[in-house]
Amino acid sequence: MSTVQTEQTKSQSAKASDIFSALSRIRELPVMVALVALVLGTFLLNPRFLNSQSVKDLQLNATIVIILAAGQAVVLITRNVDLSVGSILGLSGFTTGTLFAVAPGIPIWLVFVIGVAVGGLLGAFNGLLVTTARVPALVITLGTLYIYRGINNAWAGGKEYFSGDRPKAFGNLSVDTFFGLPIITIMAIVVVGVLAVALGRTRQGRDLYAIGSEPEAARLFGIAVGPRVFVAFLINGMLAGLGGVLYASRFSSVGASTGTGLELDVVAAAVVGGVAIFGGVGSVVGAAIGALLLTTITSSLTAIQVDKFWQQAVVGVLILAAIIVDRIASLRRARRLREGGDSDE
Amino acid sequence: MTNDHASAAPIVLELHNAVKTFGPVVALADGTIELRKGEIHALVGENGAGKSTLVKILAGVYQPDRGHFTISGADVHFHNVGDSKAAGVSVIYQEPTLFPDLTVAENIFMGRQHLGRMRLISRTTMRQKAAELFEQLGVRIDPERLAEGLSIADQQMIEIAKAISLDASVLVMDEPTAALSGTEVERLFDVARSLRERGAAVLFISHRFDEVFALSDRITVLRDGRYIATHETQAVTVDAIVHEMVGRDIDAMFPKTDAEIGDPVLTVDSLTQKGVFRDISFEVRSGEIVGLAGLVGAGRTEVARAIFGIDSYDSGTVTIEGKALKPGDPMSAIKAGVGFVPEDRRKQGLVMSLGVARNATLTLRHALSRFGLITGATERRAGAIWTDRLHVKTGNLDAAVSTLSGGNQQKVVLAKWLATEPRLLIVDEPTRGIDVATKAEVHRLLSDLASRGIAILMISSELPEVLGMADRVLVMHEGRLTADLPRAEATPQSVMAYATAVSQ
Repeated sequence: MSTVQTEQTKSQSAKASDIFSALSRIRELPVMVALVALVLGTFLLNPRFLNSQSVKDLQLNATIVIILAAGQAVVLITRNVDLSVGSILGLSGFTTGTLFAVAPGIPIWLVFVIGVAVGGLLGAFNGLLVTTARVPALVITLGTLYIYRGINNAWAGGKEYFSGDRPKAFGNLSVDTFFGLPIITIMAIVVVGVLAVALGRTRQGRDLYAIGSEPEAARLFGIAVGPRVFVAFLINGMLAGLGGVLYASRFSSVGASTGTGLELDVVAAAVVGGVAIFGGVGSVVGAAIGALLLTTITSSLTAIQVDKFWQQAVVGVLILAAIIVDRIASLRRARRLREGGDSDE
Repeated sequence: MTNDHASAAPIVLELHNAVKTFGPVVALADGTIELRKGEIHALVGENGAGKSTLVKILAGVYQPDRGHFTISGADVHFHNVGDSKAAGVSVIYQEPTLFPDLTVAENIFMGRQHLGRMRLISRTTMRQKAAELFEQLGVRIDPERLAEGLSIADQQMIEIAKAISLDASVLVMDEPTAALSGTEVERLFDVARSLRERGAAVLFISHRFDEVFALSDRITVLRDGRYIATHETQAVTVDAIVHEMVGRDIDAMFPKTDAEIGDPVLTVDSLTQKGVFRDISFEVRSGEIVGLAGLVGAGRTEVARAIFGIDSYDSGTVTIEGKALKPGDPMSAIKAGVGFVPEDRRKQGLVMSLGVARNATLTLRHALSRFGLITGATERRAGAIWTDRLHVKTGNLDAAVSTLSGGNQQKVVLAKWLATEPRLLIVDEPTRGIDVATKAEVHRLLSDLASRGIAILMISSELPEVLGMADRVLVMHEGRLTADLPRAEATPQSVMAYATAVSQ
């Protein structure tokens, strides 16, 4: 009914609006535009911004946040949130440092497996609490944020492990490039690609969107809400675990406070990338681009010599801008639909 | 399609003597229905007759405590919605339950999206299949658009498309026409008839008798949670059905004592809220209980909310003892002496986690405070006055109201308003979910308040309550006042007739 239109009016103007509406459906578009504008603008002001070493630094800086933002997106899409990812990353990172220190010959792949498993375990604990306790994930993961950090503190104490303890090959993952991309960045791209397909093109992935879009309808529909949400937390935990291992490769030291405060950057990246905080909307690709944007801003403001105290304020403005743009778009869409509906008959 | 054919057709679904209780409340005492292949079967009954409970049993949302349930001759025990879907039962609720952020096509095929290469979802196939379904149904909805913002009628079409794609043998529609316009209803009926041609059994729940008689082959009547009768539509009249729906004796449970009726307290003049209710005019006098009857969705609660100022309105006036109330301002209504006991006391009438005394004195916060602060002792003293008078049974005034029974909770809400010494008390479904004994107590209380000169406007879906308590009965139908009946003229038949607008 709402799409009934006479043939005449559905000519050029309608085609133009089709293109517009097709574009407005790409939620990643604003953040992509912002990223391109930022990179170009900074380049014009300071051409050294795009020399090969800075580009590599940009990629390395973004890598870990990209992986965590992609994982966070999976959870956010189900209308939940995981604030404990910084602490999970910390525990996984410190586990990695410890493993190399106490068992120097340990194969690198095994360290990856253990790091991801540690993250998966912690994520599964989050998922278990959220699906059984009927308490908002915000509160539960706020609790586990402190629990996991507390365990990390108790375990590490004042101890730190430095990159000197780790095999050179492990550190080189963040140095060597392949087709111009650092190895760990390639890992992040693969993670995002796999998740994008899983969420966009599998039934289980679409269930996550349905759950976030209308949890009550999902239950009435017979979707296994609990198990799906649990898996979302599990995946997110595993990715935070992977992030911890990569952190140990990228940075020189891991200790009690590794990853502190990271959760907010990660949620911010996902939201800026078009993932709705109320679930049902957004994509891991968007979240990844959001992460790239936020980490690039920091470098770009440094490159054009903006006081670093302003950098956080700029990030804040971006978050608000993303939310406002989204709100305006959805209001416009609602108005268009309503007007379309009224012009029936 | 003739009735001879329908009655000869094999039985698809049978539910016999189904019982469903929620704690002490019996929602369904004898749920019985029998659906044949290729028939449209109407289910009618008053509010609270058990129709929704029966539908939810068919849908697998509720599991009956007892009863015999077969589909195509085989016993079934649904544990969840998935079971009923697998058995070929599709239910369309009054408010469809779609996923607003997903496309129309995906809403239809959720959980069974078409898979293409590498077992990945093929959006193209899904879109084509959805378009084919809409073609069959003769509706034009873009399968690629998001479900958000679709009209109720279009959302129902999506639910129907879903049912067809599932190849459902039973389609249940719970008051599908309540929110539709005339042309939309016609379209829905065409679709229902074509489903009948295809051999599906359609169960259709409606309060509108013109629709029931125009569409259905057979009619089943429920009353007070019990199966009453099933008729061939052609062999029965509207009057006979109405009689079966309300036919029961009004016992002495509702003791409205005569009170001296005084001057008008509330005067409502041409009150209109666009699309919700229009041109509502009536008055309530001191000492008078006025019942506001009508079907669920007729706009009764909305009128009450507008009078109290929770919602604003587009035109008209509300005056209390000659003083006009400011639209959309509950504080001015409270100051003028209006109390409002809402339908959902758990959500709107009480703060469940707070104590009895604090709840009972919520309306007195300003009066009780000294220098902006309220002490617990003052609160308890003030709270005790009315909770004592109303015999609220609680060991401790600090006990959270969530620990009280439904009846006692309702008394706390009443106490809250009585403490403000109101001139007008609006009560919305005052005895819903309250056991029979306490019900009588609430009724006695209301009657007592009226005899003290308070004007009472009582919304109730329970006809015996309205007829027993009210000095006058106002009846609403689809946003308009259709009758203002004095006590003597208010009978179950007359009220029901005005509420369903079968005669004028």
